[in-house]
Amino acid sequence: MWDMATALSLSHLGSLMRGVRSVDEVGADERAASLAKRSIKKSSKLWALDLAIRCMDLTTLEGSDTPGKVAALCAKGIRPKPGDASIPSVAAICIYPARIADAKAHLRGSSVRVASVATAFPSGQSFTSIKIAEAKEAVEAGADEVDMVIDRGAFLSGDHEKVYDEIVAVKEACGPADLKVILETGELGTYDSVRRASILAMAAGADFIKTSTGKVQPAATLPVSLVMMEAIRDFVRETGRPVGFKPAGGIRTSKQAIAYLVVLYETLGADWMTPERFRLGASTLLNDVLMQIEKERTGAYQSGDYFTID
Amino acid sequence: MPGAKNGNGRVQIRKTYKLYIAGEFVRSESGRAYRFDGSVNVPRGSRKDLRDAVRAARGAVSGWAARTAMNRGQILYRAAEMLDGRRAQFVELLGSGRGAHKEVDEAVEALVWYAGWTDKLAQVIGATNPVAGPYFNFTIPEPTGVVGVVAPGKPALAGLVRRVAPALCAGNAVVVLAPEATPLPALTLAEVLATSDLPAGVANVLSGYRKELLPWLASHMDVNAIDVAGCTPAEVIDIEKAAADNVKRVVKLAPNEMSPYLITAFMEMKTVWHPVGV
Repeated sequence: MWDMATALSLSHLGSLMRGVRSVDEVGADERAASLAKRSIKKSSKLWALDLAIRCMDLTTLEGSDTPGKVAALCAKGIRPKPGDASIPSVAAICIYPARIADAKAHLRGSSVRVASVATAFPSGQSFTSIKIAEAKEAVEAGADEVDMVIDRGAFLSGDHEKVYDEIVAVKEACGPADLKVILETGELGTYDSVRRASILAMAAGADFIKTSTGKVQPAATLPVSLVMMEAIRDFVRETGRPVGFKPAGGIRTSKQAIAYLVVLYETLGADWMTPERFRLGASTLLNDVLMQIEKERTGAYQSGDYFTID
Repeated sequence: MPGAKNGNGRVQIRKTYKLYIAGEFVRSESGRAYRFDGSVNVPRGSRKDLRDAVRAARGAVSGWAARTAMNRGQILYRAAEMLDGRRAQFVELLGSGRGAHKEVDEAVEALVWYAGWTDKLAQVIGATNPVAGPYFNFTIPEPTGVVGVVAPGKPALAGLVRRVAPALCAGNAVVVLAPEATPLPALTLAEVLATSDLPAGVANVLSGYRKELLPWLASHMDVNAIDVAGCTPAEVIDIEKAAADNVKRVVKLAPNEMSPYLITAFMEMKTVWHPVGV
């Protein structure tokens, strides 16, 4: 095990990174697969689906996003099922910086937060000064949360210091806004790299670590999430600072969402089962969750015809 | 019987009957099977198999409906060819008598007959309507979507084909519940449909206990019509109650009937008001 406090007090990033233990890949896959098989039914399922909505970052990140599309998404985020107040609001709406003002206007007076991607999302291949400026402007425009991407090019070529410094700088630029750091695990290659990037991001001040942009395949997977959650667990043990987790990309069904909640509970415990420490990034998951809730309530399998189009 | 020999002295290969869902032959997700006559295991489908089948059908219906009428006709005709090619197998399943040969003939003929209807239906059933206004007003039939077919127990093959062929002819996707006591012709018909160029998911065949599947099919919000040819009057009442929630079409026609109106029973009439002379 690495010693966090010592490593940081010496500002010795190299020793921090060298101290990160490697991940048992087969073990991680096995454990994730066995947890995914757990059967959650009836009232437990309803509870889990309710939590999944409360923890959801309802997302649209398309070049074709318009103010109208964002307005519709905000309305859906505040009241996922029109006419049914028992369905909670989602945690946040996740959008591009150019759409923050639209979202802010439509979410006024609600509990739903505005999350904006920043720092040359999704590639992160731009100048550091521009990334910092983008994060700063996003917060000034009203973003409550900033989802930044790490510079995978730098990370993969071993320049951990650049990645670390950028996260620190963006965190500073965010001010009061929460910072989620996207590792883009689909581009990191190995679980060892994922764990190292997780520790690096948390040490640099991330409030959340997030799996993916959703623009790269594979996006979030259960074993990768397990590896990141274990990194969070070890980090909290060392430093006492809780860090949130956000899987994103490819989570489309209630079954998948519940599997993430099971792994979350088994790895980080009940304290993490709240929107303050767990988010699900998703664009099409919400309708499936609503359909599953309706199925549990009425006993009849549901049809997309009776739910809003997103 | 283990080690039993066939006529040529080779050890017999026993067949495992499977469900047909989304273009694949699968065991029930529940892992269960039942023996309708004590001789052979047949998958005992669960409501989750039904859910999967309806999902597959829903995914397939738009592509199938968008095929040209001629192409749908070609594929139904090929189904007739495939069925005819397996004549011996079906005759054996149906009891090998003269009646069995006749029933296979009837099934093949039904497929050919409905194959011919695909590109004629719109002309015969559709209409241009006289209206008092500057509109060209016309009516065209469109497939209703996902159709559940509760197959009749008798005739097990011809009865089923006479229900499935018109629904497919119209451009629908079907989910068939095989008769509980005579499931083999339906499960074997799935092998015919699988080799007829039907896109995956357009036809799905489930076997199992009717009481475990029927209520879920009847109440499924994503099923647009249900053919109750194989149901008892008491079952039909329950189906109609459950079907009310999404206003399913409950199709009740004589099992042996052949008519273009059987096709339109699984269709919606769309009327278009097209402005002219403006």
